[in-house]
Parts: sequence; structure tokens; C-alpha cells
Amino acid sequence: MNEDVLKRVQSNPKFLELVHKKTSLGWTLSAVMLVIYYGFILLLAFAPKVLGTPLSEGSVTTVGIPIGVLIILSAFVLTGVYVRKANTEFDQLNQEIVEEAKQ
Amino acid sequence: MKKPLTTLALAGLALAPALAFASGAIEGDVQKQATNWHAIIMFFLFVAFTMGITYWAARRTRSASDFYTAGGGISGFQNGLAIAGDYMSAASFLGISAMVFDKGFDGLIYSIGFLVGWPVILFLVAERLRNLGKFTFADVASYRLQQMPVRTFAATGTLVVVALYLIAQMVGAGKLIQLLFGMSYSSAVVLVGVLMVLYVTFGGMLATTWVQIIKAVILLCGATFMAFMVMSSVGFSPEALFQKATAIHAKGIAIMSPGKADPIDSISLGLALMFGTAGLPHILMRFFTVSDAKEARKSVFFATGFIGYFYILTFIIGFGAIMLVLNQPHFMETIVKNGKEVTQLVGGSNMAAIHLANAVGGDLFLGFISAVAFATILAVVAGLALSGASAVSHDLYASVIKKGKANEADEIRVSKITTVVLGVVAIVLGLLFEKQNIAFMVGLAFSIAASANFPILFLSMFWKGLTTRGAVIGGFIGLISAVLLIVLGPAVWVDVMKHEAAIFPYKNPAIFSMPLAFAFTWLFSVLDNSKQASEEKAKFDAQYVRAMTGIGATGASKH
Repeated sequence: MNEDVLKRVQSNPKFLELVHKKTSLGWTLSAVMLVIYYGFILLLAFAPKVLGTPLSEGSVTTVGIPIGVLIILSAFVLTGVYVRKANTEFDQLNQEIVEEAKQ
Repeated sequence: MKKPLTTLALAGLALAPALAFASGAIEGDVQKQATNWHAIIMFFLFVAFTMGITYWAARRTRSASDFYTAGGGISGFQNGLAIAGDYMSAASFLGISAMVFDKGFDGLIYSIGFLVGWPVILFLVAERLRNLGKFTFADVASYRLQQMPVRTFAATGTLVVVALYLIAQMVGAGKLIQLLFGMSYSSAVVLVGVLMVLYVTFGGMLATTWVQIIKAVILLCGATFMAFMVMSSVGFSPEALFQKATAIHAKGIAIMSPGKADPIDSISLGLALMFGTAGLPHILMRFFTVSDAKEARKSVFFATGFIGYFYILTFIIGFGAIMLVLNQPHFMETIVKNGKEVTQLVGGSNMAAIHLANAVGGDLFLGFISAVAFATILAVVAGLALSGASAVSHDLYASVIKKGKANEADEIRVSKITTVVLGVVAIVLGLLFEKQNIAFMVGLAFSIAASANFPILFLSMFWKGLTTRGAVIGGFIGLISAVLLIVLGPAVWVDVMKHEAAIFPYKNPAIFSMPLAFAFTWLFSVLDNSKQASEEKAKFDAQYVRAMTGIGATGASKH
């Protein structure tokens, strides 16, 4: 990449928009995943009894089981959200930036 | 299969060894089984088919890009399956279902830890990696830094992780195959080593990827069938499954809640699992096999889906084994362990999924699942070998020794020679470590990946102030501290070296070694006032634009 292209991209408002949107979504979703997972780990470390509570009166299934499955599902859903947003909106913006950089 | 015979010692089901189990090591002494012809025939069908693929791939593998990254022509969906395949190792299939079989809920904790690294890789690493790199993660780490020192560090990190992982897989393979096929340990280890070298040297990344994809599909199908049979036997009611399982299991209702664990160790393990994944060289390498950032994102999406689905299946399989296999006389044996008589599953808990295959699908399906387990090991070691070979040929030979002036044919030749050397080394180490306690090795690999590879890769992409000096010193401090703390910890100091008490009390060092790496990388970068350092910082903007937009990134090679 030569200096001209670099300058052109950096001064393109669309680039600033892309950077802002991509990084804020990326960090937000990472924070959500970290909070979910470390919330679970801290619960395990300091209050394991909570996860061992029966789901309802007399049931063998504990709350830990649906919580565990939900964490697995949440990982999948979060990746889905990001990919959907990035592969449509962000890539559209990115394409425009690349085109404009060539001129 | 059903003769009383083995002591597949579960080598302490405490956190760290269990981690090793879940992802790599099959432990303890095993005895040879009666020859299992169903399994052997199905396995040879798999080998014949994958050799056909290797032949096909060999005719399409010409350039270095073909060899390392399948020419960048793998689709996001295919790569997602291949990544999932790298993750669904034999030990993760047998090890996690064994953990669920032994401890119930605790097995789920591991599955979750292995999975949650993936979304973070997607959000922060995957597309930047694809946009900046070409063949190895060292391409990215050394993008604006000095090639020689940074690549030397990255290649060291890669080779250490690959070697530890390979040993664990080879020893696991030898023991597993003795149990499943009735072959001797040494012939099993040699067979795995030879097939691994054939796939990689002739077929390169294209063959390695397709072997992994095929294996991932058959493993997912087999596991789905088992989970379906388990659920259909309880009328698809999880509550009914848990009721029956808790009624049979010796620990009763306790298997539905988390067991006791040290808080620091749990958090540290969580760190190693989550960030270690983002530092495993054989996984990172897969992001260069797709054409662009878009496909790289898709591959993580599919990989997360397949891996998550697989872990839910292994959870059902573990509980299914409690219900259908535990205490059934023909699946149990009584052995003498430490002078006491113990009744256990034939072959130990690691065989829970295998026996369940027999219980729900008869001898033929048992043969099928055994063959799949062997195929899994082959596919995983092939990926590891390719990753190790690329670190030597692309990072050490082409960039450090030849200073970027190596021609492509020589570089490919060096990587093929390295693959053969790695094959021989893997066989020799596999034979040497047969009787050793290697439970710590995969845990160590994850800790090093999280404490050495990940911090440098992450900072090189996100922090303008990173300099060569900071990266190399900080990276090596992460690597050395992870190794040192594991050696001084209970997994090696007590379990392997037989000392009374551990000098370092925790099994998982990541909570200390990872912040150490970050802190020293920061410190030595900030203190670096050299002219070279300011040049490196100045190059960050161009790197950032390329990472974000993909302008200048290497695309797929056209054939």
C-alpha cells in the first residue's frame, strides 16, 4: 500500500465509520461473551450450590443443565449476529472504501 | 472387547489432568485386546479413501500457497467443518464423554470452556488475521516488526505447542488402538506417524483439510446416531434420562451439580481454555485457507455451531452410557489397582462412548465408532504436522535463514523434509513416552498458547506501541513462565517427579503467566526508545488500514 492510498483511506469518512462500527460491535459482543462465561466461572468458583438447585420441586434436572446449554447456544448466536452484520453492512461499506481508494 | 483386562487409570480426575484428557491424552497402562475385524476393515476403507484424496490433492499442489493453505480456495463452510474437526479429537470425544460418565455436570464445564474462545476469536482475531497474514500467524506478529527475532520467537512458540500436542496424540493413539483394534502399541504409533507424513508431504493443506472434513462429518453422524438412540430410549425426555442415570450412578444426585474445585484454578483454567484457542498455531493456520475475511468469518460461525452441537451430543452420550452401560455385567470388569479390587468399565471410563456404541448399535456400529476414533487421531496429527512444518520452512528457513530470499521450490522441499523429520520424532517420542504420565501436556500446550502466542498476536494487531524488543522479551517470558509454573506445579512436580508437595500450588498457570507476558511486553515496548522502535510504531497505521479493509491482502490463487 503506498502513501497516497493510505492517506486517501484514512481521510475517507466511510473508513472512520467502518472502524467505529466494526470495533464497537466486536468489543461489545466480546464483552457479552466474557461476562456470560466468567459469570458462570465465578458462580462455579464461589457459589456452586446455585447451579445444583433443582429446576422445579422434585425434579432431578438442576438449573445448571439449561444454563450450560444456553451458554453453548449463546456462543453460536453471538457469532451469528456478528457474521450477519459484518458480511452485509460492513462489507458493503468496505467495498466502497476499497473502490474509492483506487481512484 | 469384552474380556476383563485393562487398567486405563483415570490419572486423577482433578482439573488439570482432566483438561488433558478432554483434549489429548489417554492415560495409564492398557493391554492389547482381541483383534476387532469390523473396526480394522472400516478403518482401512477410510485410509484407502483418504489416500485417494491425497493423490487427487497432490496433483493440485504446486506452489507454496497450495501447500500451506490449499491455495486459499477452501469455502467458509468447509473450513468451519475442518476447524471443528481439529477440535473434535479422539480424546475430546472419548475424554469428555468419560468425564460426563464419571462426574456428570463437570463434563459440561469443560465443553463450555473449549467453546467460548471461538466467538472472541471471531470478533477480534479472525478477519484481521486473514487480512494481514499469508501462511502462518508469525506473518501477522512480525508484520511491522523485525522479521528475524519475532519469527524465531513465533516458530519456537509454534513448535513447542505442536510437539506437546503431538506427543499427547501419539501416546493416546497407541493406547486407544491397542484397546479398540487389538494392535500392538508400537505398530499403532508407527502406523499413525507414517500415514501422517504421507497425507502432509504429498497432499499438503488440501489433503489435510479434506481428511479433516470427512472425519468431522462421520464423527458428527456417528455421535448424532448414538445421542438419538439414547434419547429415544427415554422417550426424548431429558428429565427421564437424568432420573435413570442418577438412580444407577454411585454418586447419585451429586452428578447433577458442579463438583468441588479451587476458585483460582477454575479461573486460570478458564483463561487458558478461552485464550489458548486463539494461540494454537494449527488452528490459526486454517484462517489462511479461505479466500477472504468474509469466508474467514463464516468459518468461525460454522465451526462454533458444529463444536457446540458436538459437545451437547457428548453430554447426552455420557449420561446415556451411565444409563445403558454402567453396571451391565458384560461391560464391567474387576481389576486390582493399588492392591485393592476395583470394579470398573472394561478398559476404563474412556471407553464409555465405545461401549455405548455397542449397546445401541451392535458389533458393526462398535467397529464403525472405533474406526472413527482412529481416523480422528490421524486427521488431527496431520494438521499439527503441517503447522509445525510451516513454522520451520516459512518462518525459520525462508525468513530467518534465507532472509526472505528463498525460492519457493526450496521452501516447499524444506517443509516436506521437516514433515518427515516431525513424523520420525513423533514416532520416537510416542514410543519413549508410552509409560510416562503425560496428562499435563495438553494443558501445558493450551497454557503456552494463551501466555506466549496469544498476547503477542493480539498486541501486534491492536497496540501501536508494540516493538520488536517488547514482543520478543514479553513473549519468551510468557512461554518460560508457563513451562516453569507447570513443572513446579502439582501436575509435574508431584504426579510425574514424585515429590511430596508442589512448589507452585495451582495446576493451571495461565492466570499468572498470561498477565506476566502482557506486562513485560508493554514494559519493554514502552522503554524502547530506539530509532527502530519509532519506525515500527509509524508502520502501525498502514497495518491497521489493511487489517480493517483487506487492501493489499493475499487472495486465493487461481488455477
